[in-house]
Amino acid sequence: MKVTDIVKLLDGKIICGMEHGDYAIEVAFASDLMSDVLTLKNDHVLLITGLNNMQIIRTAEMSEINCIILARNKKASEEMLELARENELVIIECRYSVFKTCGLLFEAGVKPIF
Amino acid sequence: MSLDSDTMHFEYNVEGGNFTRAGYASSEIKKILKQLNVDMAIIKRTVVACYEAEVNVVAHAYSGTIYVNVSSESITIRLVDEGPGIPDIDLAMQEGYSTASSKVREMGFGAGMGLPNIKKNADKLVLSSEVNKGTTLEITMFFN
Repeated sequence: MKVTDIVKLLDGKIICGMEHGDYAIEVAFASDLMSDVLTLKNDHVLLITGLNNMQIIRTAEMSEINCIILARNKKASEEMLELARENELVIIECRYSVFKTCGLLFEAGVKPIF
Repeated sequence: MSLDSDTMHFEYNVEGGNFTRAGYASSEIKKILKQLNVDMAIIKRTVVACYEAEVNVVAHAYSGTIYVNVSSESITIRLVDEGPGIPDIDLAMQEGYSTASSKVREMGFGAGMGLPNIKKNADKLVLSSEVNKGTTLEITMFFN
């Protein structure tokens, strides 16, 4: 599923990495615990989180994640966006809860890691 | 950075309590390893381990230094901190055990997974600590 299709499905907004709307997303993982995210072996996982701090961007950088959804209306700070741009990340803001976001993506065929 | 016959050395300072900057050193190390064309799977294991360790220094210590050595055979990362130290290393290595503050937990860490995850990613891990002095963690990754 393309990033642009995900944005439509979630009625969200790309706030960083607009030029990467063609990224293909196959698997996703939802967590507010970055240590959990850092145990994942897969690359290019879509991360869904309710956190909005610098560490989610750093975690994405270390884990080869290239797209993050900030659920439940969390907003990225300018500092986060700067780091995200440096790492060519896509950040999507979405007002739905983590649960609803996951449900919609699962229904649309995005796969869980395990 | 300094370069002798076949080993490269890098050093980074880590400031205890500065969560905004946590991960900066790991990020720089990742850039260097990419420039050196290190295998991506090894880079990921290295920087995940290094980042968890860097977050540990920020979360628990007053200050620290990360020393990186890259040779043709391996990458060695030594994190030396001044801090409270670890009274019981076996306990600290147990999954789920943590003494992290609520601030650390709010950042998405402090669930007692850092050290076990570092161990899983590293080819070799050596941890030593002295209470009220500090902790030294050495992570080694072998290319072959």
